[in-house]
Amino acid sequence: MGFMERIFKQPRWGVHPDDHKRPAADAPLRHLPTPAKLYVPLVQHVGAPARPIVLVGDKVLKGQMIAEPGGNISAPIHAPTSGTIVAIGDVTAPHPSGLTLPAITIESDGRNEWIPCHGVDDPFSLPPEQITKITAAAGVVGLGGATFPSAVKFNLGKRLEVSTLIVNGGECEPYLSSDDAIMRGYADQVIDGVRLVMHAIGARQALVGIEDNKPEAIAAMKKAAEGFDNIHIRPVPAWYPMGSDKQLIQVLTGKEVPADARAAELGVLVHNVSTCAAVHKAVRLGQPLVERIVTVNGGAVKNPGNIFVPIGTLVEDLLAFCGLKENPERMILGGPMMGTPLPHSRTPVVKGASGILAFNEAEAAVPDAGPCIRCGSCSKACPMGLLPLEMAAHIRADDLEGAEAYGLQDCIACGCCSFICPSHIPLVQYFNHAKGELYSQERAKLRTEATKRLAEARTARLEREAVEKAEAAAKRKAARAAAKAAEAAKLAPSPDKGRDGEGFAAASPAVMAANPPSPPLSGGSPDGAETAPTPEGASS
Amino acid sequence: MIAAISSLTLLGLFLGLVLGFADRIFKVESNPVVDEILAMMPGSNCGQCGFPGCAGAANALADGKAAASVCPPGGKDLAMALAAKLGISLDLSQVKDAGPQIAHVSEEICIGCCRCIKACPTDAIIGAAKQIHAVIREACTGCTSCVDRCPTEAMTMQPVPVTVQHWVWPKPVAA
Repeated sequence: MGFMERIFKQPRWGVHPDDHKRPAADAPLRHLPTPAKLYVPLVQHVGAPARPIVLVGDKVLKGQMIAEPGGNISAPIHAPTSGTIVAIGDVTAPHPSGLTLPAITIESDGRNEWIPCHGVDDPFSLPPEQITKITAAAGVVGLGGATFPSAVKFNLGKRLEVSTLIVNGGECEPYLSSDDAIMRGYADQVIDGVRLVMHAIGARQALVGIEDNKPEAIAAMKKAAEGFDNIHIRPVPAWYPMGSDKQLIQVLTGKEVPADARAAELGVLVHNVSTCAAVHKAVRLGQPLVERIVTVNGGAVKNPGNIFVPIGTLVEDLLAFCGLKENPERMILGGPMMGTPLPHSRTPVVKGASGILAFNEAEAAVPDAGPCIRCGSCSKACPMGLLPLEMAAHIRADDLEGAEAYGLQDCIACGCCSFICPSHIPLVQYFNHAKGELYSQERAKLRTEATKRLAEARTARLEREAVEKAEAAAKRKAARAAAKAAEAAKLAPSPDKGRDGEGFAAASPAVMAANPPSPPLSGGSPDGAETAPTPEGASS
Repeated sequence: MIAAISSLTLLGLFLGLVLGFADRIFKVESNPVVDEILAMMPGSNCGQCGFPGCAGAANALADGKAAASVCPPGGKDLAMALAAKLGISLDLSQVKDAGPQIAHVSEEICIGCCRCIKACPTDAIIGAAKQIHAVIREACTGCTSCVDRCPTEAMTMQPVPVTVQHWVWPKPVAA
């Protein structure tokens, strides 16, 4: 990119951290030998947790579904290798809290035997809904890190008649190169996946945005996309956060996603390159999502690079495979800007794990925060055009509504503000905290409403039960009276005996009252049952 | 016949109009603040505040007869929201808020007597006679109505467990 081009094309937002992608990005792709035990969490996607459908002791094959989707927005989980289910219980989540998640533990039998997979030879003759169905059944979720179930997004795109598919090959996070690796090594799969996704959502064209610091990937993708007029490979400036969907849409189409709208409402839908490759595998080969490419990088790693890793592998096993130079000072799942700090290395790799970073002391050093000098660097860097310094000031004083009024909910938590801040104020941590607090307040409000509904339902139930009880009591009384009347009728000769025969159970008091035998109606009670016209009935 | 029908129709119309106007003219204004407060309350009418249900507490709050911290199940959050709504200062040091709590059945002590089920204002306890009861976490409001009913002290209040979905990033320590 020339000097002038750089001046004009460079976005006015964002930051440009050192990318540290090489040499890991240039190392050849490796396959991790299947570890002895895999810990597959039931929550690897946005939405409801998956429900296990296997029991401890069951034998499973690679690719067999072991947990079904737990709701409309959810995804199934498949066995990443063949073996035996040895436990269904909690494991430490790859989450900053260090809390646990339910997971299925599989002991590998070492054979790595697939279940029979049935791919589709000519997927473009299928209706788009069928592609979506196959994708959903394969458990494909957004592999860029958001882990939103892809099939749900396909349906949304189809419903809103999206015209443009944006394929995200930005990978703007420093250190990470898993998308780069898949574009370099499997560009044909990615392009086929792009075509399948376009077919599924009914898009007319696809724009593949790739940062210009990945020339090999751009070349490979251009070659793979030859012959497809509606797929355009678009190099974009290497600039953080280019891989964020809102920013990529803006750079590629010139459209800005409004604060209260979804990208699909603008007629664009964003999918990651790795997700497209997973869709290709699901449709063409019939293989569910059971492994992914993970970048292992960082100063503490001996042999950094990209590795095919079965889902559920412990970070510990992965780091042991790559070798460690020293004990890592900090471990991160994902990129250094937006990734998740890991509490320890006995946490599993999940579908959304694009990288595992093991930082040495120098990389993990966090400078002490100073006071805000109101320099405004953060608002210049903010890709959403917010005022991080003002929002943080409000949050510091626990004025969350005040921060919300400054557009807190539009914050994408990219971390540009914290990165650029000369006082090293952990701005994005303030925003994450405030968003979490606001969300829990919102949940409390919903809970209050739910409580009200439950209390009303209980009142309704009590009333209904009272009415039902009264009705049942009346019925019993009537039945008793009828039985008594019938008995009396059997004993004492009555004019209607021959007419009714043996079926006195069917003879209602009203029928009997209509044919009054002697003595005549006493006229005391209005209740038909009470005035059953027999001597015993009248006296009772 | 026609005279009777028409006279009754006219009478009905006239009385309807009178009632309609009376409803407009002699309308009893309810305090809008009470309605707003009522909307904020948990609404399970558990009676822990000592007022007849949430509506009673809302009336007392609007009249200034109750403190903002009147509602134990609402906890600290509701107290703060009520204080902000009513514009009164709030001394939170008096509020013993152990965080949100929900009921829990100790399965080894429960005898399945069904008393707690009848006491629950939100039908959050399931079970039957001589069957061990259980609390549906999502439906329990932590009103403690069931705790005193339990003859074997199997019912206790426990803090709501923090899960990955509920966890909130801690606030950074200010420089």
